[in-house]
Amino acid sequence: MRRALWTLTVLLSHWRRHPMQLATLLIGLIAATALWSGVQALNQQARTAYDRAAATFGGTRTAMLVSRDNTSFPQQLFVDLRRAGWPVSPVVEGRVQIGGRSYRLLGIEPVTLPGEVSTAPVIGRTDLQSFVAPPGEMLVAPETLADLGIKEGERPSSNDRVLLPPLRVQPQLVPGVLVVDIGIAQQILKTPDQISRLLIGKSSARRAPLESIAGDRLRLVEPNAETDLERLTDSFHLNLTAFGLLSFFVGLFIVNSAIGLAFEQRLPMLRTLRACGVSARMLNSVQVAELVSLALLAGLVGLVCGYFIAASLLPDVAASLRGLYGAQVPGQLSLKPEWWLAGIAISILGALAAAATSLAKAIRLPVLISAQPQAWQQAQRRWLMFQSAAALAAFAVAGGFLWFGDSLLSGFAVLAALMLGAALILPMVLEIALALGQRSAGRQVSVWFWADSRQQLSGLSLALMALLLALAVNVGVSTMVESFSRTFLVWLDGRLAADVYVNAADDAQATEIKAWLRGRSEVQAIMPGGRADAQLSGMPIEVLGLPDQATFRDNWPLLDSRSDGWDRLRGGDACFANEQLSRRLRLAIGDRIELPAPGGNWPLEIVGIYADYGNPKGQVAVNFAALTQHFPEVPQTRFGLRVAPQAVPALIAELQQRFGLNDRSVADQVTMKAESKRIFNRTFSVTSALNAFTLGVAGVALLTSLLTLANSRLPQLAPLWAIGLTRQRLARIELLKTMAVALITSLLALPLGLLVAWCLLAVVNVKAFGWRLPFQVFPLQLVELLGVALAAALLAALLPVIRLARMQPASLIRIFANER
Amino acid sequence: MGFLTRQPWILTCRPCRGIDSGMASGNRPVLTVTGLKKSYRSAGEDIAVLRGVNLAVAAGESVALTGESGSGKSTLLHLIAGLDAADVGEIILDGVSLSELGDAGRAALRRDRLGLVFQQFNLIPSLTVADNLTFQSRIARRHDPKWQEELVERLGLARLLKRYPEQLSGGQQQRVAIGRALAPKPLLLLADEPTGNLDEDTADEVLALARDLVARTGCGFLLVTHSARLAATLDRQINLHAGVIA
Repeated sequence: MRRALWTLTVLLSHWRRHPMQLATLLIGLIAATALWSGVQALNQQARTAYDRAAATFGGTRTAMLVSRDNTSFPQQLFVDLRRAGWPVSPVVEGRVQIGGRSYRLLGIEPVTLPGEVSTAPVIGRTDLQSFVAPPGEMLVAPETLADLGIKEGERPSSNDRVLLPPLRVQPQLVPGVLVVDIGIAQQILKTPDQISRLLIGKSSARRAPLESIAGDRLRLVEPNAETDLERLTDSFHLNLTAFGLLSFFVGLFIVNSAIGLAFEQRLPMLRTLRACGVSARMLNSVQVAELVSLALLAGLVGLVCGYFIAASLLPDVAASLRGLYGAQVPGQLSLKPEWWLAGIAISILGALAAAATSLAKAIRLPVLISAQPQAWQQAQRRWLMFQSAAALAAFAVAGGFLWFGDSLLSGFAVLAALMLGAALILPMVLEIALALGQRSAGRQVSVWFWADSRQQLSGLSLALMALLLALAVNVGVSTMVESFSRTFLVWLDGRLAADVYVNAADDAQATEIKAWLRGRSEVQAIMPGGRADAQLSGMPIEVLGLPDQATFRDNWPLLDSRSDGWDRLRGGDACFANEQLSRRLRLAIGDRIELPAPGGNWPLEIVGIYADYGNPKGQVAVNFAALTQHFPEVPQTRFGLRVAPQAVPALIAELQQRFGLNDRSVADQVTMKAESKRIFNRTFSVTSALNAFTLGVAGVALLTSLLTLANSRLPQLAPLWAIGLTRQRLARIELLKTMAVALITSLLALPLGLLVAWCLLAVVNVKAFGWRLPFQVFPLQLVELLGVALAAALLAALLPVIRLARMQPASLIRIFANER
Repeated sequence: MGFLTRQPWILTCRPCRGIDSGMASGNRPVLTVTGLKKSYRSAGEDIAVLRGVNLAVAAGESVALTGESGSGKSTLLHLIAGLDAADVGEIILDGVSLSELGDAGRAALRRDRLGLVFQQFNLIPSLTVADNLTFQSRIARRHDPKWQEELVERLGLARLLKRYPEQLSGGQQQRVAIGRALAPKPLLLLADEPTGNLDEDTADEVLALARDLVARTGCGFLLVTHSARLAATLDRQINLHAGVIA
């Protein structure tokens, strides 16, 4: 053991003499671990939230009975089933508006609630009396309490002025959900003796067949391991994971570069240790132990950094998930022990993977061959051909996935293979470009410039690969976001065509407001609207009612339609489908669907497809009058107004004053658009932040590679200094060389990035969200990103160059002394 | 005894065969080389470097091994040190046959019984002079502070202990290398052209120190050198010519 410790001490002494190398190694590992674990923390937080949602009284993790047409059914069925031995418990579900915001209201029956319904027993059976007896209790998550803006124990009122039970906080609950006793829920929702579903508990008792009690009115829904929310948000998390993985690999590039150089510099030391009697087995074991110790240290620091990254990104991620999928994720980070252990493990595994080549060389190290400090660079050149062949294979794989693949995962596989291929082919492309430069060079210094750049290439290639990937991802994602942004703004103009939007507290108030508005000269039109929930092919969809008005005809964002589409809509037997629904169910214009409605199935022909960005659900748009006819219960509280622009502020002020409406209940078009844009920008702020992190890590990779190379390059530079090139001129040449290879790499990253953008828009987005955006190129943005990449390269190159310019002549003379 | 039984090469110990190799009579042999052959394959053909070398070195004896470039001097030294394996022949070091040892056994033998000095010094650049000096004796668990102190004094390294190898002259580095090799009190000191990088005066000084310390420890000393003048200062001279002892 003491021998191993002594050997370890000697190995560690290398880092003491080369602190910058150690810093490089640790920075690489810390960056890799931090970004990876940060992203994993966000994913874990979101998944915990989905679990909470799923566990809330009959999420998809519980078996249940629902009506065939997904509407409510008589409470008597519950009584009949209980008597027949079915361990069922009733749930009523609906929505309630409080302060202009909509909340999910769940009514439960705590006595019969199955014990295995996750958090249910804790919630339902604590203080049963106060929960059930009037005025009862309304259980909410802490986040919901904060959202409501009132204290625990107080009683909120709904928008239709119903006094709700006192609030009680239950941390297990998902935000946005209100839980009350079933009797209270039936009163609030005005659905006496009706229930939404029956949860089924586990029981081995004999029970009569379902059909013999409920006929064909109910169907059994088996529990599902993955929730709808998880399925919906998979793409978002896959996207985050892909970014985390990319950053992780960029970090490992740094580690690989640092370890490779350290290994070459330590070769003489390793041989001396062997000559002094340290066995190969001990030397290798100690090297692995050294690496694991460093990875452990870096992993811990990386985890702390990852925590802060996740904490800073979480509000934006939560906003994205809420905006894109309606998923409620708490804004406060809470992590499980597995996250910490996984972070440490990934750091150690990453370090071992990055050091694998060096460790393999060390294991095969012959004691007698003299040290060759540049041998690794020469060896890298032999890999050039192999790398290029591997790159072509990766491109072929990308093509294969693009051609044959038909899933989100295959979309990401295309991206991964494309980027891997591009990274692998980069050294060969640079080698050819530099060789061409060398061939065309005239003056001696120019010839040396190109030749030395080629020699330096192998040492820089990993960092340049990192730069290529980071910049390509930046270009790709920025192009996608910009394309999305511009399309979104045009779409928003179409969707938000009314000048003022009103959301009345109830139908009575809505009628009152409309009557008042009809007498106002500045109001040019009142455009009613409404929506109902329905199921199509087992999928929840929205049915949107559109008034037959010129504003909608002129502005509705139709992607494709029959020429008489709007006229057909007015007839009540046709609909428009949103893009995501048409893709998911492969519906085209002319297809017919049967929409389940309370009065029976509603046959509709699809006469148009419209863009509906940001909506996770499928949606059909029908004529408003037809909607109210088939869904009579649809609230008619929402409507838009056409108003002369200059009269908007005064009208809103008067509406608020006269009818007691707040900012959420009445808003003008400008405010609505600004809010939508704010949500949109927030949705992509996480992507932008990860983009910036990745580019930053690539910059660090370049800096560390240049710093570690700086010392080994002195033997090449000292002879030039000796024959008359000043240190300043050498420094300028070095800077120029770095910038030249960075420029070539960045220029290659632009077309690659555009390819990534196309892939994201045409493959990944379509699979993830169900809509396809037009591909556009934004030259100014590309120039901007090129500038940022070159600025990062310049910053990375400056420090080693300044050190060279200021280097004492004695340091350069020592090169000759050492080579004696 | 516990220490001895932990050494794998002890288990393979066998009686040495006495051979006539010009060894100084009276002292026990620490090294016996018999019929050693070694060839390398280069450019498609076998090149025989050693063609049957016989050699012995006794405890306390210093032997100079001379010969022209490419005669196989360094190869012979590497084989004796267990850094490479012979094709044919036997090397017995302190009664142990090297051919029967694996990598771990040969490493243990180098660590505990041999001192190696190279032309290129081969100090560990990231360790100070003090740490370089004690490194081998510590991993051999034969660190003797008094002996260490004496070595430092005799080698004139007292003022250089905190320096790093790159801050030393060639002569100073070689003195550290000799100190490191002798610190564990080896049975045999092997030196491969230790003065090859030094000027004549420094070379004389370094070799004198080495001879002095070898005499002080009573170990065997096998020096590979080009210099007939330096070889003449040792007890015995052997010339290697075309792969055999001339």
